[in-house]
Amino acid sequence: MRYAMAVDTKKCVGCSDCVVACQTENNVPIGYCRDWVVEVMDGTYPQLEIELRSERCNHCENAPCVRCCPTGASHIVDGGIVLVKPNKCIGCGACIASCPYDARYPHPEGYVDKCTFCVHRVSQGMKPACVSVCPTKCMYFGDLDDPNSDVSMVLKKRKYKTLIPEAGTKPHLYFLI
Amino acid sequence: MNEELIISGRENLMVDPQLHIWHWPIPLYLFLGGLAAGVLFFAALYYLMGKENEYRSAVRRVPFLAPIALVLGLAALFYDLRHKAFFWQLYTTIRLESPMSWGAWTLLVITTASFIWCALHIREFFPGWDWKYNWLKDLEVFFNKYKKQLAWVILIFAIITGVYTGILLSAFNARPLWNTSVLGPLFLASGLSAGAAAIVLMSKNREERLLFTKIDLIILGVELFLIVHMFMGFLASTQVQIEAAELFLGGPYTMVFWIFVVILGIIIPGVLDLMELRGKHIPAVIPGVLVLLGSFMFRFIFVFAGQVSRWLY
Repeated sequence: MRYAMAVDTKKCVGCSDCVVACQTENNVPIGYCRDWVVEVMDGTYPQLEIELRSERCNHCENAPCVRCCPTGASHIVDGGIVLVKPNKCIGCGACIASCPYDARYPHPEGYVDKCTFCVHRVSQGMKPACVSVCPTKCMYFGDLDDPNSDVSMVLKKRKYKTLIPEAGTKPHLYFLI
Repeated sequence: MNEELIISGRENLMVDPQLHIWHWPIPLYLFLGGLAAGVLFFAALYYLMGKENEYRSAVRRVPFLAPIALVLGLAALFYDLRHKAFFWQLYTTIRLESPMSWGAWTLLVITTASFIWCALHIREFFPGWDWKYNWLKDLEVFFNKYKKQLAWVILIFAIITGVYTGILLSAFNARPLWNTSVLGPLFLASGLSAGAAAIVLMSKNREERLLFTKIDLIILGVELFLIVHMFMGFLASTQVQIEAAELFLGGPYTMVFWIFVVILGIIIPGVLDLMELRGKHIPAVIPGVLVLLGSFMFRFIFVFAGQVSRWLY
């Protein structure tokens, strides 16, 4: 089982509903976030192009954060989800420095926190909070090993990219282009 | 012309400033760890070469810097942890993939060994020292008997300590400036030159000072070569590493790096060392302090600049 998410950059309007849903669902402390929206403007006026991306932890297959963690607090569970065990994390910050996507932040309580793909919801067959609230339905979630999952179907039909594949991280967050 | 503008919709201002995750305690520790590694390396090396009496300061007196530096360094590391109460989790596992994990174990070994080494030489500073308890006296006899083995442990773990501080940073491919394997040897060289400089500063024997001035000169040469080598590697690499090098070649860290690290920390003390060896009398304190300052600044600049360098997407 390999969980993955695809975000449609053509449908996303940058409303940040996913950010608020995540903060509410996961009790993210005020001032922090586990997902965020990036707006990239490209070109020279008046030929401009905008790309909107709802970003979060890429749940990399070859995760640098897991590799550099000195205690094993950062680990990969079934389904390829990268998680942090708060009671094993010493808050050294190595994983934060090692993430090319800057997806992690130090929780005020001391341990390092990040997107969990809403593992508590996913394990009960629900979708992650961000996916379930998206008003334009631009996010797809599911198992890559299941050819009939939402994410497998949409990746078959559409062109997509991942972020910094040259970093060798093998990310599981896809952007439809 | 194409212009790219990235407007981050990250909802909080907290995220990006926090990405500068490592502040002053980390480079301070890297400097103290490197210095201790250098000092202990020379002590063990000259002891094993049977030169204990000729280079008395290097073998018996200067190593007292090491446990002090290591304890201060460890305190800085501990201060930097955000989840302090769980620090012991470091010692529940050895993860070879993580330089920080085996570095933590290395620190445990080298700190203990440096304390034992100093305990064996405590009479250098306190001639009438008495251990008072019999078990302490027995321990002293035991370690004196196995002093050679202890020196080997110190020699090997001093090298590992010196190298690992560099490997620690080079393991992060997310920070292109750090992601070069030259960093291991470069940090080792920087630590060894700091160790040699400390010996020159503290030694009262002219012959010993001259030897370590010579060693210092050679290591400074190696360091300069490795720095040039590193920039050549960056400039021949990918766009992100070219941009990382440009932080030092016209970017915000140019002045501070070339002035404090290269000119004041390597070239001027190197020239002064050379003049000293040619028979001119140079006060040992000038090149010594400059080398230590250069080594210190090198780690500060590198840790800070590395966190600025990043992948673009």
